[in-house]
Amino acid sequence: MMLSLIVFLPLAGALLVLIAGGRGDRPDREPLVRTLALAASLVTFAGTLYMWYRFDPTSAAYQFEERYSWMPNFGIQYYIGVDGISLLLIVLTGFLTPLALLSSWESVHKSVKAFSFFILALETAMLGVFVSIDLFLFYVFWDAVLIPMYFLIGVWGYERRVYAAIKFILYTMAGSVLMLLAIIGLAAAHSTATGAASFNLIDLYGLTLSPRKEFWFFLAFTLAFVIKVPLFPFHTWLPDAHVEAPTAGSIILAGVMLKMGTYGLLRLAFPLFPTAALYFAPIIAVLAVVGITYGALVAMVQPDLKKLVAYSSVSHLGFVVLGLCAMNVQGVHGALYQMLNHGVSTGGLFMIVGMLSDRRHTRLIAEFGGLEAVMPKFVAAFLLVTLSSIALPGMNGFVGEFLILLGAFRWNATFATFAASGVILSAVYMLWMFQRVNYGSVTNDKNRGLRDLTPREWAMMVPTVAMAVIMGVVPVVFMRPMEPAVTRVVERVTGRQPAQVNAHPLPRETRSPRPEAQRLRRGEVR
Amino acid sequence: MVTMLLLIPLLPFAGFLVNAFVGKRLSKSVSGGLACAVMLAAFGVSVLSVWTMLGAEPRALRVDLGMWLASGDLQVPFVLRLDPLSAVMILVVTGIGSLIHIYSVGYMHEEPDSEYARYFSYLNLFASFMLILVLGANFPVMFVGWEGVGLCSYLLIGFWFTKQSAADAGKKAFIVNRIGNLGFILGMLLIFVTFGSLDFQDVAARAAARAAEPAAFGMLSAEAVMTIATLLLFLGAAGKSAQIPLHVWLPDAMEGPTPVSALIHAATMVTAGVYLIGRNAVLFSHAPFTLAVVAAIGVATALMAGTIGLVQNDIKRVLAYSTVSQLGYMFLAMGVGAYAAGIFHLYTHAFFKALLFLGSGAVIHALAGEQDLRNMGGLKKHLPITYWTFLIGALAIAGVPLLSGFFSKDEILFRTFSSGHTFLWLIGVITSLLTATYMFRLVFLAFHGERRHDAHDGDHPEEEEPVRHIAHVMASPAPAHGAHGGHRHGLHDAPPSMAIPLIVLAIGSIVAGYVGVPHALGGANHIETFLEPSFEIEANREREFTAAGFSPISSIQATAPQHERAPTTETHAPAADERTELMLMGLSSGIAVAGIGIAAYFSLRRRDAADALAHRFHGLYRLLCNKYYVDELYEAVIVQPIKLLSTGGLWKGVDAGFIDGTVNGVGLTVRTGSGALRRLQTGSIRTYAASLFLGVVLILGYYLLRY
Repeated sequence: MMLSLIVFLPLAGALLVLIAGGRGDRPDREPLVRTLALAASLVTFAGTLYMWYRFDPTSAAYQFEERYSWMPNFGIQYYIGVDGISLLLIVLTGFLTPLALLSSWESVHKSVKAFSFFILALETAMLGVFVSIDLFLFYVFWDAVLIPMYFLIGVWGYERRVYAAIKFILYTMAGSVLMLLAIIGLAAAHSTATGAASFNLIDLYGLTLSPRKEFWFFLAFTLAFVIKVPLFPFHTWLPDAHVEAPTAGSIILAGVMLKMGTYGLLRLAFPLFPTAALYFAPIIAVLAVVGITYGALVAMVQPDLKKLVAYSSVSHLGFVVLGLCAMNVQGVHGALYQMLNHGVSTGGLFMIVGMLSDRRHTRLIAEFGGLEAVMPKFVAAFLLVTLSSIALPGMNGFVGEFLILLGAFRWNATFATFAASGVILSAVYMLWMFQRVNYGSVTNDKNRGLRDLTPREWAMMVPTVAMAVIMGVVPVVFMRPMEPAVTRVVERVTGRQPAQVNAHPLPRETRSPRPEAQRLRRGEVR
Repeated sequence: MVTMLLLIPLLPFAGFLVNAFVGKRLSKSVSGGLACAVMLAAFGVSVLSVWTMLGAEPRALRVDLGMWLASGDLQVPFVLRLDPLSAVMILVVTGIGSLIHIYSVGYMHEEPDSEYARYFSYLNLFASFMLILVLGANFPVMFVGWEGVGLCSYLLIGFWFTKQSAADAGKKAFIVNRIGNLGFILGMLLIFVTFGSLDFQDVAARAAARAAEPAAFGMLSAEAVMTIATLLLFLGAAGKSAQIPLHVWLPDAMEGPTPVSALIHAATMVTAGVYLIGRNAVLFSHAPFTLAVVAAIGVATALMAGTIGLVQNDIKRVLAYSTVSQLGYMFLAMGVGAYAAGIFHLYTHAFFKALLFLGSGAVIHALAGEQDLRNMGGLKKHLPITYWTFLIGALAIAGVPLLSGFFSKDEILFRTFSSGHTFLWLIGVITSLLTATYMFRLVFLAFHGERRHDAHDGDHPEEEEPVRHIAHVMASPAPAHGAHGGHRHGLHDAPPSMAIPLIVLAIGSIVAGYVGVPHALGGANHIETFLEPSFEIEANREREFTAAGFSPISSIQATAPQHERAPTTETHAPAADERTELMLMGLSSGIAVAGIGIAAYFSLRRRDAADALAHRFHGLYRLLCNKYYVDELYEAVIVQPIKLLSTGGLWKGVDAGFIDGTVNGVGLTVRTGSGALRRLQTGSIRTYAASLFLGVVLILGYYLLRY
């Protein structure tokens, strides 16, 4: 019951908020509503931490499983559980939601009740995505995520919020529809093979499909996921969504929702269709590497802080996808770690931008300058978050990037070399932005006398920065519980043959291609 | 006993934490005093640790702090290791670091309390990272220090952040270093993939054991792999140590406070590249091509920076180019396999270059921020302590016999010559003439002759420097004694907190070389014998690997070239070599004197002759004044094209044009396929996107349901 409790706690909090908020828009109840929502999210976070404490880090299997029959005719169950891959993503969701609520404390005044409701409902949906083992349930949660986010952008966003919200929903809905078709098709295939339909992921892992089927199923799932990531060139919805979303929306969007895409690749697309995955991996990796460079270059020339951070996400998520494509232990481990890092550091960057935007009601870099002299504590926090984002060793980002590059290098040194150029570019665009905002002398009079961090903002920055440092100094604490599940997924995708089948020139090729993948490569598909 | 190694980086780190978090509330004497105290304590612990190490057999101490990175077969523990090489480094970092901290107490006194604390917190943090860099026992731990010192350098160069040029210089330093770090990271990856370890000792042993395998790594021979890996590492070293083509950041880094230039950009951080090669001497020894590249780049950098140094008028820039040039010498030494000689020069250079920078700081301090040599002159009688100590430093760097620089530079030149690199040796000798000349040009212009105030008016028509410089001084919140007015009268010499470090460093610049008196002069070259074990495979490892099944023959073959390349004292035929060495020494001494003479002629007796020369060789003069236009070249060939590509090409072209265009195109295709969909051609991107996805969904859905 514990897991269901954690998943639905935010939703319960959301309903409570609705009741406490009273009828209509009651500004006098704002403090109560905010406090209740924050309390609900903090209790959820405590719950996720307790779950981590109880988690057995040596096991690759699902833990805290709950399984109830739901629609037995179709083989649909309410089946949830947690393994090393989802564990820390759940904790990350628990960690970021209170921070998102805090970030909107002073900037959101329009129907706070509904706002808090949507944030909490969103948390339940995101947690649901990460715990679902039944694919139908997964899909329900996946789509449930879209609705609150749509409203968060569309109602509480900036000027062009409606346009951004619709663009967001269209892009991701299209992916979702595709995925739904694939899920149903997969259950049908299970029914053909065994006589009974099943949406149970563990059953479906055991399903053997013809390479041709794998090919199309893989494409359907992957398209849905790479839109979500977003992988170049499916990324154009992201800058719009981020720029228009309120700070809280951006934190959750970048911090957790983008990871649903990479999580889907790792959990579903790759292990369900290993032959197709190995066939497509180099193509996806090329897009990832292009995205790393492209996102960084475009980020460099953005005049708007939020757009800059949004494009930097395209670059960082490119690293994650590259690590997944490498499909060896270090690559996948690093990718998973980088998902957490990106949540912390980009979440932190959006908080920083939100603080600037709260004070000045603009996000244009050119409007700032010389802030170090005005608000030194804020700039110190800004610096630490920046360093985390540019992967300074000793901070979290380095661990993820290093492992991803190592994994990628073992697979394909060329990809790794191009991806590593992101190391330079991230320093260029982040430090240039940092300098323009914080150094020099104050040229804009509106920047004089801006107040430094408030206690509420301290409460956001301290946990974020602390997490960035802890994850960089003692990464083993976070990586140990992941490793068994990571190893298992790598084995599942690459097959278990220890030696390679055909003679690759370099022994650093650790992956042993399945025979089917070889056939696919030789074009014997049709 | 071993855990005291941990204290060495932790002490300055504690100082950093205190000054960073509560420094603002502390008085200057407390925050500055604390910063100095932790450095002195770290120095004390370093001496103790080295003492302990000397008694250990083999001479190394290790402290393992547990697993840091672990994933599959990658297991990187956080390990610190003290051996003779890192011993030299920690003594330099904590010893000279302490002196520079003490000097800073006086130098930065004009800063407000909070800035003062910020300064010392950065300085302590730097020391801490630098110590991790040199004590790290594997590549990733070293890399923590490596990027950490880069960060501190960024923060300290841009310390006076309101100044645009300072902020720019800090950013430039960090980014150029990052380019080098790309090489470091890729080198690390290749090494791990090849040798299965990132521990320095493991890598050395495995490299030696497998060096002879002809096709050990697929199509690539062992030597080819090691050549690529070491070239990548050298790219990292070149970034950190400002070697061609990544030298451009160091002169700009002079925007930082002068003690920072002394500590980071002269004595310690910039030598990290040299240290990196020394640390991986076994690996580099197996890559002769890389060594040749290192030597060539080193000597080219030395020559290039030396020539630029001749014509610079900013006192700190002359010293900066001098540093680049001296680092070139160190790389030359590493490149010809004379690792001990390179580290020896690193160590003596730390003394005299720190001294010269601190001396220049005392001059700048006395002149209220003035850095232009043309506005100096005659300072000898006003600043006696500064003058005499500076003179000692200049004599040492010029290579005047019996001072520290003489021994170490001569060792490098001799090793270059005796290993058959006559051409490199010749350039090295020419550079040493340049060194003596530009150094004494500086001494004579600043300290001798008469005080010039506005001497540059009209004298140097082709110079843009003065204008820029005046802007600097005016914008500079620097050690502004000018605030008290009247800096032209009553110049005062360095206060005690600055004078004591100068005197100690001057003594060091004289005596530091005596640990490496060559055999030719009846010495024992202790430092070489002391360092030698660090450039070889650990004694017990060699056995381990022979026992582990590698064929003993390949193992012997593998280690053989390394012994040739890192010649021990015994391998020389003493008599003939010593004669050559003595002759070369005589030659270098003569060159040092000649350089001083040239400087005296042009800077003291016939200043008009220098101007005449500049007019005569106008093109060359401008080329040197503009640092061979390398910055301009990079700006035109790399920076601007990337900016243009990103703005016009990628953002506005690809994102807004191509991707949306494709969306349109696919929308069109779907439309032609279906008359009903034609109405959707409404011109809104939204609709196109929808039709695109509808199309894809239909196609995929068809296939999915067909099976």
